[in-house]
Amino acid sequence: MHRYFPHTDSDIAEMLKAVGLQKLEDLYAEVPEELKLSGELKLPESKSEAEIRKIFEELAAHNKPLTCFAGAGAYDHYTPSLIPYIASRSEFSTSYTPYQAEISQGTLMYIFEYQTLMAELTGMEVSNASMYDGSTATAEAMMMACAASKKRNKVLMSATLNPRVKDVVKTYAHFHGVDLEEVDAASNGLINREAISSKLSADDVAGLIVSQPNFFGLVEDFSGLADECHAHKTLLTINSPASTLGALKSPGEWGADIACGDAQSLGLPLNYGGPYIGYLCTSNSLIRKMPGRIVGQTVDAEGKRTFVLTMQAREQHIRREKATSNICTSQGMMCLYVAAYLSLMGPKGLREVNDNSFKAAHYLCKKLLQTGRFKLVFDAPFFNEFCLEYSGDVDGLIKKCAQEGVLAGVKIDDHKILIAATEKRTKEEIDHFVELTK
Amino acid sequence: MNNVYYGKLIFELSRPGRIGYSIPKDHTGEEGFAALPDSVLRKSPLRLPEADEQTVARHYTNMSNNNFGVDTGFYPLGSCTMKYNPKINEEMASLPAFTQLHPAQPASTAQGALALYYETQRALSEVAGMEAFTLNPFAGAHGELTGLMVIRTYHERRGDTKRTKIIVPDSAHGTNPASAAVCGLQIVEVKSTPQGTVDVEDLKPLLGDDIAGMMMTNPNTLGIFETKIPEIAKLVHECGGLMYYDGANLNPMLGVCRPGDMGFDVMHINLHKTFSTPHGGGGPGSGPVGVRKGLEDYLPNPQVVKKSDGTFAIEYGNEALGSVSPHFGNYAIIIRAYAYLLSLGRDGIARAGKLAVLNANYIKEALKSHYLLPIEGLCKHEFVFDGLRPEYGGDHHDDAHVTTLDVAKRLLDYGFHAPTIYFPLLFHEALMIEPTETESKDTLDDFITVMKKIAEEAKSDPAFVKASPHSTPVRRLDDVRAVKDAIFRFQFD
Repeated sequence: MHRYFPHTDSDIAEMLKAVGLQKLEDLYAEVPEELKLSGELKLPESKSEAEIRKIFEELAAHNKPLTCFAGAGAYDHYTPSLIPYIASRSEFSTSYTPYQAEISQGTLMYIFEYQTLMAELTGMEVSNASMYDGSTATAEAMMMACAASKKRNKVLMSATLNPRVKDVVKTYAHFHGVDLEEVDAASNGLINREAISSKLSADDVAGLIVSQPNFFGLVEDFSGLADECHAHKTLLTINSPASTLGALKSPGEWGADIACGDAQSLGLPLNYGGPYIGYLCTSNSLIRKMPGRIVGQTVDAEGKRTFVLTMQAREQHIRREKATSNICTSQGMMCLYVAAYLSLMGPKGLREVNDNSFKAAHYLCKKLLQTGRFKLVFDAPFFNEFCLEYSGDVDGLIKKCAQEGVLAGVKIDDHKILIAATEKRTKEEIDHFVELTK
Repeated sequence: MNNVYYGKLIFELSRPGRIGYSIPKDHTGEEGFAALPDSVLRKSPLRLPEADEQTVARHYTNMSNNNFGVDTGFYPLGSCTMKYNPKINEEMASLPAFTQLHPAQPASTAQGALALYYETQRALSEVAGMEAFTLNPFAGAHGELTGLMVIRTYHERRGDTKRTKIIVPDSAHGTNPASAAVCGLQIVEVKSTPQGTVDVEDLKPLLGDDIAGMMMTNPNTLGIFETKIPEIAKLVHECGGLMYYDGANLNPMLGVCRPGDMGFDVMHINLHKTFSTPHGGGGPGSGPVGVRKGLEDYLPNPQVVKKSDGTFAIEYGNEALGSVSPHFGNYAIIIRAYAYLLSLGRDGIARAGKLAVLNANYIKEALKSHYLLPIEGLCKHEFVFDGLRPEYGGDHHDDAHVTTLDVAKRLLDYGFHAPTIYFPLLFHEALMIEPTETESKDTLDDFITVMKKIAEEAKSDPAFVKASPHSTPVRRLDDVRAVKDAIFRFQFD
């Protein structure tokens, strides 16, 4: 007997009788004997809840959450307590992809809200129902650019993107057969406009991928970039952490064709790297090349406004190998997180989150420079993350701070470190961190 | 779940001036982002909702009442393994000592998290009969893609560049050919026999030195165990290809027969199916990939290794195929699966598959009097009906016949989720039922009674069934209009 299995011995006996068998093993009569497991699995016996709790307490004791000054794609913004409370409603969490729309309006409605919110934030016409994370969304954007161009197979990616994202995009490019070329950053840490112009002029580039703010936290000025891309029939993709779009010029305003990135910064817990949520937004003209699920508005038989999965002729379960992507997921639970987060924050709250993150980062940077042990690596303006050169060994700094309960940042090399701050970091926490570096 | 449609969007509840947030005051005295050059700042209005906290709480609570989950009722969605999602798993995944970990923090400060990842890898390797697992892929289809990348890397490293084709059965999940296409492979389809299994005679001429491998799920999408799997694996291996196991249908084989022992080289597991992590309205999932001995170095980065001193480290292997995720995939989903592995243990795992198979066969035998069973014999975790029997309004040649879609919609009226419909594509009126092991005989008996009742209704009053559902929050939706109108966001004006 097990708490998750409702079958009593008499149930099993009755059911076996109904199907004309003697014992449970008979259910596998057709499986060749030589394929069957001879003994038991080499795993522990089943545990009670109380025992599981103890095991997790032990594991948890070996983790040390730190006051977080790291970013590099995962930001420690505050999650309002209502959000996990709502998301834990099992009507939401234990449902699946809303195939039966009549009993799935809850899921369909929050995804429709998510699509609206992301389209609004990115300044694009349409959003899909989400992707796994920012890195795979960027890889999908790369493949989408090639598919939309039909004949071209080359994509340029600025070296200013997050290296972890670049690794994933490169992996996809290798296997998908995309000629992906990385364009070195300019010496000021920004995109290299000259090198990009020269490569675009060959008129064989399907897409260009840049990021804003870039990996070093620097704010780019993309004025004229979209026009230049379009003059060469190249699609422009801008990758951004979603939260910053509440403050910075949106991909739509820059004239981008695809906006993608990670929306973890919209209140998703750090969770040691996942689950996060990728977004991918584009223009109406590119919708048929877009990967992933999408929810559309329609009416029911009584004329009520309702919502349903639509545009499925692009997807794997209909088109198989001719689909725009293999993705089956919509990151439903995380769409709900994003929708609830932006509903609570509103335009004013998102502005304040960005403002306070910006202030905290700039205060921290100023204080660290004042210690005399750090130098700014780049002069360009930054948002809530910045790259510093440290006079000592970065590993040593990170280790020392971790012992004192502080995550100093993300190592770039032995002497460079990437540091971020969010609205959660108090002046006291920042001052404490600065003291540790002295 | 209630049957009164809520139907409002958060944008319609927005009132200028309301707020639902609280943010600590700034004490740094620094300038805000307005200090940035004007040319990089957002100018377009940001039309986000303005609402107080209670409004948002009620909004999503009311919305959830129009949703059906496993906790609401029986969810026999074929190929999706909608088993019970234990609540202890949720609680363990929400421990702050896990949720607050930043993915870039030093390994020395995340030893518990790394130990859990490592132990889950080991447990899945034992369950699947594989040498090693990566838990980095984000979902089942992402696992397929990663597994195919392993196969391509294996051939590339041997300098064998001719192998550009992959064999996929015509009954395969749609993700199989789609993942292969994303991975840059050409798809070669192998036919099924009338009994629904891979046609070995059709397979033989497809094999050659251009074949990278073959993708299969076993049991297949009809719920039938491919008894010729040893012969198929031998043939594919002899031609130099590798065997890929789509783990979507792993549940019935738990503790009975392992993919590694069937001759598969690479596979994925859907943690949201076999290992009970919640499906979350479509995600996040998790699709760990396992490989047999000799292929483990190709698994993607980053990798978690156990050092000789018993501590855990994060490594980037030179032989790896690259990265498919920046960190450790959907880590918080892996936590849930680990809690479930502990809950079941070796005894529970060995029993889960058998009970899932018992449940499926019990429904199949009880309903074949009313629904057309195209393939007789034992099924595994699921089986497929080809719609209603002709005597119950199911004559497929009659345009007015009661279809599988009609049966599915009528089931909703009775408080059941519908099975998977119109998949696999081998039958016109496919109705694919997977009950899982967590459903009781009482629930199955209720379902059987209702399915028979619907068949009787289809005979006596087909128009009524065709107009269903009648008692759900909304009635049948206009799919065509959704495509035609193409409204994918709220219309503010």
